[in-house]
Amino acid sequence: MKSLSEIDTVSKRATRGAGFDWGIAEEVGKNIRMLEMLGIAGIKNLNHYYKIKVKKNFEKINLIDKENKSNKLEYCPIIAGVSFLDQVRSLESLSEIKFENIAFPILFLPFVSRASEIVGRKILLKVDNRTFLLNYNTSIYSNSLNEGVTTIGNKVVVKFLENQDSFEENEWKELYTLSEKTFVEENESLKQSAAGAGLTDND
Amino acid sequence: MKIDLRSPDIIMKLSKLGSFHQSKLSFLRSFLKEFKDWNYKRDLFELNELGYGTAVYSFKKNDRVYSLICFANKLEGNERSDRVIATKWDAAFTLHDGVPAKQDIERLRNEVPKQEVGRLSYKELTLSRANKSVRVFNHVVDSLSEGKQPDISLLSSVGYLYRTTAVYGSGKFGLADRFRIKDREEIYGPFRLEMMLVYLVRQFTFDQVNHVAKNKNPKKAVSLDHEICRNLGIGNSTGLGMAPFIVNHPTLLNNWVLARETVLKKIREIKMVEKKDSNLFVKYLKKSIKNITSWNTDSEYQQKKIKFLLKDLKNFINFIEKDFNFSSVFAFNKIYLWVEKNSGDECIEYIVSMMMEPYDQIVSPLIKNMSSEEEQYFNIPTNRTVLELRDILESKYKEILKIDFSKSENNQNFWFISKNKEEPRLADRFEEKGSDLEQPLAIARDIHKLYEALSVSKNSSTIDKFLSRNNHLRHVVRRAFIVEKFPYSEIQDNTISKSAVPIDMLRLKLSFFGAVKFDPRSDKWLRICMFQGAPLPEQLKDYNDSWVYNSLN
Repeated sequence: MKSLSEIDTVSKRATRGAGFDWGIAEEVGKNIRMLEMLGIAGIKNLNHYYKIKVKKNFEKINLIDKENKSNKLEYCPIIAGVSFLDQVRSLESLSEIKFENIAFPILFLPFVSRASEIVGRKILLKVDNRTFLLNYNTSIYSNSLNEGVTTIGNKVVVKFLENQDSFEENEWKELYTLSEKTFVEENESLKQSAAGAGLTDND
Repeated sequence: MKIDLRSPDIIMKLSKLGSFHQSKLSFLRSFLKEFKDWNYKRDLFELNELGYGTAVYSFKKNDRVYSLICFANKLEGNERSDRVIATKWDAAFTLHDGVPAKQDIERLRNEVPKQEVGRLSYKELTLSRANKSVRVFNHVVDSLSEGKQPDISLLSSVGYLYRTTAVYGSGKFGLADRFRIKDREEIYGPFRLEMMLVYLVRQFTFDQVNHVAKNKNPKKAVSLDHEICRNLGIGNSTGLGMAPFIVNHPTLLNNWVLARETVLKKIREIKMVEKKDSNLFVKYLKKSIKNITSWNTDSEYQQKKIKFLLKDLKNFINFIEKDFNFSSVFAFNKIYLWVEKNSGDECIEYIVSMMMEPYDQIVSPLIKNMSSEEEQYFNIPTNRTVLELRDILESKYKEILKIDFSKSENNQNFWFISKNKEEPRLADRFEEKGSDLEQPLAIARDIHKLYEALSVSKNSSTIDKFLSRNNHLRHVVRRAFIVEKFPYSEIQDNTISKSAVPIDMLRLKLSFFGAVKFDPRSDKWLRICMFQGAPLPEQLKDYNDSWVYNSLN
């Protein structure tokens, strides 16, 4: 079994070997390490992408907009990911961002996961019929985690979710009532000896 | 009185870092301190009469066990090489997490001797190999087998029976990733498991030499005297592989140097130095001189440094004995200022290390701060502005921005990874091929490029926009934002310059390990000694942290 440290190092060097700048290679090393740690096929997708990249050109998107349509070429998932990660603070206000034709979207996924941590919001990533819920870069929940190599995401949607409770107010109240059973009712003597008692606050 | 931390512009120069010495903060000392009350045991010792076979040693406390597994093999003289390109060694070792099962030992017997081309598992924590100092080993075997103790002067001139030629950890070759074990309190200090491996290997070398001598002449042989054993360490040959580590782990480097600087600052801020503390300082300082007088090297570069160190130390001892009063206020601050004014870097940093000796209460709490969760600082704050980044460069890289990179001597070398053993190397850009595959270790030059690019960018522009046009500088943008928070995270020098001495980078790291007797064999590799004078495992219960100054040399 390969260690995560080996996965990070080899992915970084391979990314540089595939022609990317060192700083981007560092990002990819960390990303593939994270995917493999979570049981998602990072190495498989990266390897496949770099084999195809030798023969085929991909579009590099440097500035992300609300709707991003590639011209003739598919988007490079790494440049799209780096741009998304870098620009996420300004993209957050768009609430939903669409891409058409991102190659190897699994390689785009960890950038979005890290972006979720940076903005402190959960992000829903839809890649055609697959959905990924990205929780502040601590976990990824999905309806299809390990499908091996995915060569194209035809319709990719990134949705910034509002931080909101996953429960109803009455459910919270019911639970709170139960928690009150750990509290002690204060009688008069306890109130009089509590912190600050006996002093005037008008000083 | 408030003393400022020493400036990174001075401390992080290569020549300064290359003058650091072991101290109370050193990892091998903090390792021994942590493990002194663990139960040590030799669990297995199955060597043939020539000393080849398998041995297992362990440290145990409660439910936790760490086991060193040793494989000693026959090696022909023409196969013995300390260079990383070697493929066979006198002995190979791994530190196993827990008690190894028979199947583990069989599995490891096939893999560990192969080192870099073998595969380890998450159950193994560190990996190493070592070669005999044949001259010393054979002399000890011959002497013991004749019923005599060996020639102390020969042993002192070398200092060890074996020297390791690499020690690997943190996920290399399938070893356990650090995240699996990082929450164990006993290994909070950096490189603690590497230190444990080296320490137990040292004991194996004593057991092996006794065993071979005994088998050579069962009736007459004696065991190596414990005091002689204690006075032997374990050698290490280190090449450039270690140098990029300190560039690639900036927050870790910061935490090491910051701990050292913080200790110095706190000691200089002590208003009244207690008599027992000043006595201890003077006592260990004087005792330590023999570690310098027994420091042998053929390197003219190092000989010169040792000569000046001894001269400066004599002046300093003369000063504190004749002209100095430890009862005066802020005595250690006065001492530091005197040394800074009257001594060279080797001596200044030597005295800084010695000043720590009486102050366990200052040093100990800082040891746990010497690790780093580096991932936390990886993301670039892309909402910051070009102006802010330029300000960081102007304040944190002042010295580097003065370097003229249009001069060829400032671009002389490049760092690369050799295909042969995937090890970092340094080569002349103008004479060797391969500079197009340069590693991102020319930080000073790339910071210069970043500064130029920032100078033609709009001040109010944010870093995300800057990066969309300048991703080739992304690796140094990341570093600049790290150095903003971690002032000692960057070497304030040009590591590709013709005049740079790469072994200064090795010396820095090895001094934090606790190595002594740096012996440069060229400007690109050196030999050192570790654990010389350290208590033997069975003496650990009576551990005394000043063992470094108790060697017989």
